[in-house]
Amino acid sequence: MNGTKKKITRLEKKFDRILMREDTGLIKKKKGSRAFRKLMSNRLAVAGIIIVSVILLAAVFAPLICRYDPLKLDLRNKLQKPSIVHLLGTDQLGRDIFARIVYGGRVSILVGMGSALTSAVVGVAIGAYTGYKGGLLDNIMLRLSEIVMAFPQIILVLLLVTIMGQGLRNLIIIFTLTGWGGIYRMTRAQMLSLREEEYVQALRAFGLNSFAIAYKHMLPNAVGPIVVNITLSTAMFILYEAALSFLGLGVPLNISTWGNIVNIAQDLRYLQFFWWLWVPGAIVISLFVLGVNFIGDGLRDSADPMQQG
Amino acid sequence: MSEARETILTLKDVETHFPIKKGVFKRTAGHVKAVDGISLEVYRGETLALVGESGCGKTTLGKSILQLVKPTGGKIIYNDKATERDLCRLSQKEMMEVNRKLQIVFQDPQSSLNPAFTVFGSLQDPLKTHGIKSKAERRKIIGDLLESVNMRREQMDLYPHEFSGGQRQRIGIARALSIEPDLIVCDEAVSALDVSIQAQVLKLLKDIKKERNLTYIFITHDLSVVEYISDRVAVMYLGKIVELAEVEDLYASTMHPYTKALLSAIPVADLDRRKKRILLEGDVPSPVNPPSGCPFHPRCNQCQDICKKVIPSLKKFETNGYEHYSACHFAEEQLSQ
Repeated sequence: MNGTKKKITRLEKKFDRILMREDTGLIKKKKGSRAFRKLMSNRLAVAGIIIVSVILLAAVFAPLICRYDPLKLDLRNKLQKPSIVHLLGTDQLGRDIFARIVYGGRVSILVGMGSALTSAVVGVAIGAYTGYKGGLLDNIMLRLSEIVMAFPQIILVLLLVTIMGQGLRNLIIIFTLTGWGGIYRMTRAQMLSLREEEYVQALRAFGLNSFAIAYKHMLPNAVGPIVVNITLSTAMFILYEAALSFLGLGVPLNISTWGNIVNIAQDLRYLQFFWWLWVPGAIVISLFVLGVNFIGDGLRDSADPMQQG
Repeated sequence: MSEARETILTLKDVETHFPIKKGVFKRTAGHVKAVDGISLEVYRGETLALVGESGCGKTTLGKSILQLVKPTGGKIIYNDKATERDLCRLSQKEMMEVNRKLQIVFQDPQSSLNPAFTVFGSLQDPLKTHGIKSKAERRKIIGDLLESVNMRREQMDLYPHEFSGGQRQRIGIARALSIEPDLIVCDEAVSALDVSIQAQVLKLLKDIKKERNLTYIFITHDLSVVEYISDRVAVMYLGKIVELAEVEDLYASTMHPYTKALLSAIPVADLDRRKKRILLEGDVPSPVNPPSGCPFHPRCNQCQDICKKVIPSLKKFETNGYEHYSACHFAEEQLSQ
């Protein structure tokens, strides 16, 4: 009023600088989807992505980075300590542990992701339709999933393994049979809240068929939590495979998987005196599961439009 | 109004009751009588307003007409010039044909459009199911529709969150128009918008109606909107119609104490003309156990003994040369007051 200049605050200066840079064209419009940028700015998620992709790439290009065949026995050089020749040493049968871990990743990750994906397909397919339709079918599926989930999963898995026999394919089938309940119930719950939305009512007023409404129009709005659930259950299934193999009921012992590698720790002698036989395997399992969980958490946060990143 | 009016929709004792389940065995413990015996005729080309306070069953009635909620009793007969069909007893395939002719505009512009699709994406599927196979044609139709609700053609490729509430509501109207219906139920179509946008949308609805020769059932709780848009008004209370008349007639000679109370609640922009406000006490009674006799009697300021015992039926009167229905034991006395 009386001629004194208004004090320019720091914030205003900063804003002026941003405006200037905008004018000169230094700031470009950000590319890519907002969710992706949010995921990339989440440090834990990026760490998870790096860990998981390193392990994945190693598993995929296993023949290129391993000097030894994971199945080749070398009884003369058994129980070697880690050295230049054998990076992580050799096991009780003289197999190279590094090669076993890298090749074992192929099977373990396949079981984990394969089971997570197939159980997601089954759970989402059932949950989306019955959740939207309701009625008798919904009731039956709900009870069925409750029956499956009421058993401790590991006991059910053990039971099925003894019935169906060991093996990679059987394991994936069993994990799907016992694991579809969680994702089914989550999808169903999402659909229950979505079906009250007015756009769904509008589609019904047009006489669209239920499949188109449920799968095409409603499902895309429920996909965020589903993707998160898939990543998290990948980690869970890898642990299950490890636990089963540890008990000797997973993939047959001659195929190396992360679980089979850790299996050796059942023997007290190896557990106490030959740490390199099982510690690296356990670390890789933990790292991979941790990485996948980080990615899952990051995805959940970035899929949530209410959260600013 | 011309004498020989053609009915487009006839409701006969329509009831929509929702069961209340209780206990482990889902025993039915009672019914919410959301719509409780409504008989009504809707004439081709008119705008019939359904008014009433919250919870009186307006929206349920609207949804029952479209079979979005299945009525539990009564008949809804739709006359499409050639045939008369009872909507409650149609097969799914027949309902598809009728769906072409009956449409609905929803209340909440936030949830009436699918956030995962562009406008074109959400509007094209109804067209597809109703037989427009080529994509270019669908794009043309949707573009024309957007222009008819005063929006730009290019906006069909935007997502719902990129629009304002008024724009979204207009898209909702465009969607309802997309398969060229005869009758549109507007379920509180302007209630969620602010007043200036309300006027815009109402005018749009009026213009479209004239252009396309539509019939509206206009559900609202706002009586000033009713005056602007409708030809006839049906006042609902607790799942029943208590008064039905031409709009000017209803305002001029009200024949039900509930309608009087509603009308006295309209604010007037005139400081000198103080209106006598009739205040209603309490809430709408529970539709599970409606009061005996006249459903309005616990809140009525002219309640007498007969009101507590006998349910008044909707009787026909004539005022100012119009048909006028009222469900009050003392309807004629209301006129003299």
